Amino acid sequence: MEWTAIVMQLFTGLSLGMLYVLLALGLSIIFGLLTVVNFAHGAMYMWGAYAGVATVAITGNFWLALLVAPLVVGGYGLLVERTLIRPLYGRDINYPLLLTFGLQFIMIEIIRIFWGTSDYPFQAPEALSMPLEIFGIFYFPAYRVFVIGLTVVICFVLWFFLERTNLGLIIKAGTRDSLMVKALGIDMGRIWWLVFGIGSALAGIAGVLAAPIRSVFPEMGLAMLVECFVVVVVGGMGSLKGAILSGIIMGEAIAITTLFYPQMADIVIFLVMAVVLLIRPSGLFGRAGLLE
Amino acid sequence: MVKNLDRIVYKIVVSTEMIDIVEARMTYQPTKEGMIMAEGKKEQVTQSGIDRRTFIKTTGIVTGSVLLGGFHFVRLSQAQDTGPIKVGFPIPLTGPYGTEAKDQQAGAELAIAQINAKGGILGRKVELLVRDTKLNAAEAARRAKELIESEHVHIMSGVLSAANQLAVNEQCKLHGIPYVSVSQANEITQRPDNSIYTYHEAMDPHMTTQAVGEYVAKKYGKKWYFLTSDYAYGWQMTDGFIRRGKEYGAKSVGETKHPLGTSDYSSYMPRILAAKPDVLFLNNFGKDQINSAKQATAFGLKKKMQIVCPILLMSSRLGGGEEPFDGVIGGTSFYWEMNHPTAKEFVAAFQKANGRPPIDYAGYAYGGVKEILMGVERAGSLDPTKLAEAIEGRTYDNYKGPQWWRPCDHQSQQDVFIIKSKKAKAEYDVFQIIQTVSGKGERLLRTCIEVGQNPSKPIRSGLIEKK
Repeated sequence: MEWTAIVMQLFTGLSLGMLYVLLALGLSIIFGLLTVVNFAHGAMYMWGAYAGVATVAITGNFWLALLVAPLVVGGYGLLVERTLIRPLYGRDINYPLLLTFGLQFIMIEIIRIFWGTSDYPFQAPEALSMPLEIFGIFYFPAYRVFVIGLTVVICFVLWFFLERTNLGLIIKAGTRDSLMVKALGIDMGRIWWLVFGIGSALAGIAGVLAAPIRSVFPEMGLAMLVECFVVVVVGGMGSLKGAILSGIIMGEAIAITTLFYPQMADIVIFLVMAVVLLIRPSGLFGRAGLLE
Repeated sequence: MVKNLDRIVYKIVVSTEMIDIVEARMTYQPTKEGMIMAEGKKEQVTQSGIDRRTFIKTTGIVTGSVLLGGFHFVRLSQAQDTGPIKVGFPIPLTGPYGTEAKDQQAGAELAIAQINAKGGILGRKVELLVRDTKLNAAEAARRAKELIESEHVHIMSGVLSAANQLAVNEQCKLHGIPYVSVSQANEITQRPDNSIYTYHEAMDPHMTTQAVGEYVAKKYGKKWYFLTSDYAYGWQMTDGFIRRGKEYGAKSVGETKHPLGTSDYSSYMPRILAAKPDVLFLNNFGKDQINSAKQATAFGLKKKMQIVCPILLMSSRLGGGEEPFDGVIGGTSFYWEMNHPTAKEFVAAFQKANGRPPIDYAGYAYGGVKEILMGVERAGSLDPTKLAEAIEGRTYDNYKGPQWWRPCDHQSQQDVFIIKSKKAKAEYDVFQIIQTVSGKGERLLRTCIEVGQNPSKPIRSGLIEKK
């Protein structure tokens, strides 16, 4: 096999991993602070894609869709937290899990009712529809390069927000010990509310980014949700660093498996998970005891 | 080796289902004699506290012969001779083939509405019972069994995907229910799966590849690459193309198999590009077809090779949009703009009922359901042999031109159309028929001997003797 093909394969893996990174970040940030396992995350991703389709249908502007989707889904997340999740704080971890599990089916059904079960076509914007030359050795769709770039930017913004702003520091502190933060006179309820919104918005943006690559249909989030849970578990529940690293590892694992034994491509992530959990039961960067 | 896995799995599924049936019948409501015996034994169970399995073991030997003898008698006594004629229609409404399943349903509904408007079959109304198989062979078998045992359907149709069809067919054979299959599969008309009860209205992968392969080999290059959905449908397409390609000097330069339902194909692209083929076959279906065409376009594959789909679906073209399918060619059994009187009638009626034109899978369902019901009408009864005699060897034209039922395997012979995706002038105006490959004289079919049947006799295997 030519080495360029292998380099291209690794690059493909990177671009594959980016969607995992975005979704896993959203799941992880919510779990890290709220200890809510958000099963509606896949459905939110799907809603993001549909919000994108709707925006493009009305305005014809992809860039606007990129803005509208996270706002819509993030806003929806804020609403869900306030009305549905909040009453369940302080109860067993299974309560919000079951609630969001049911919620995802309601969300899918809503789309089926109003949009039908068929796929919606969604093209990448004109400016990004040309293949780009990478390292002067192969061509890669410009849109996928854009997705990689945007994910890096989002990761950086998130890092800056959490590490360099007061609000971010409160969130970080809340992740460690929310009782102590409350004792310092900070309203944790509002912080939780905000974090759930941010996590949902990340799912929304992942959805609209995925739309030009994958087909848009009501159940698009179901398979993605399972894969993202694997990514989060491997990275360590609640760890953002872990989510990013594990997302990239999974993308590469799939890409490399495809090259040598494609039939295994859709189960390789579970193999990686099994191996990682045998060596590090709480994931790559997981903190022990979070789920107890 | 892996090839057989699929079949083994569904055989296991089916055989466990069979055990279920036998168990259920032994335990609960068999013939009159059995009923009395079972009643008597049931009391013993409660008294002595034996579990169900032990109960079956002890009573099995005694009642077994009686029960198995009366097995089919039971079904017949349950089936209603008055009331509506029920057509079971299990389809994968949810899952990657959901869009096509919806059209199957619409096609079957139209056929039945038209028949009912003319007074039904044998003076009875016809009723369609739709169930969701979730594109899972075990689920399909369960739904079919349920339709037969609880709903007492008289005829079965529907189902999409080969493994699901075979699972449903197995149930139908077991219970002696005529099944008209309306999606592609090779095995269904082949030993050991076919039977007097099994009819195959759709094209099969063999026919499709013979027609499309012939066209592609003549028109495009000789180096072929296959991106194959890793199950029976995909494998059979690849096998068929390779077989046809050989006759024209075309050869395979590689094949990549992907799991059914893969959403990202980018990691398959470098390998395809490295093989430098002239033609890329996308041997997949539904959303897989959309996603792979979308991503192959983004990776610039079209500039280097011709993309061919064995079955180019209108639903995929609509769901994926113009750009991914631009210039892609493929085969189809039907396209709504075709210029044929029965096609025009069908399209007009479908459009009136659904507000949009039908896709090829709506055509199969419409044609198949109509054909078997009209067969019952001509036969004057639901008797399987009379029904087979009314259908076998018949030339018919339900919606797209002449078709013919081959007696030896109940396969419908038909023409295959080669279509090309074009820039849409109107919403559903998406393809252009570039060639009609004639199916006359069994030229696209496997021979009767190849499918394990006697060329000179109609198929009578699997017939359940009635008491």
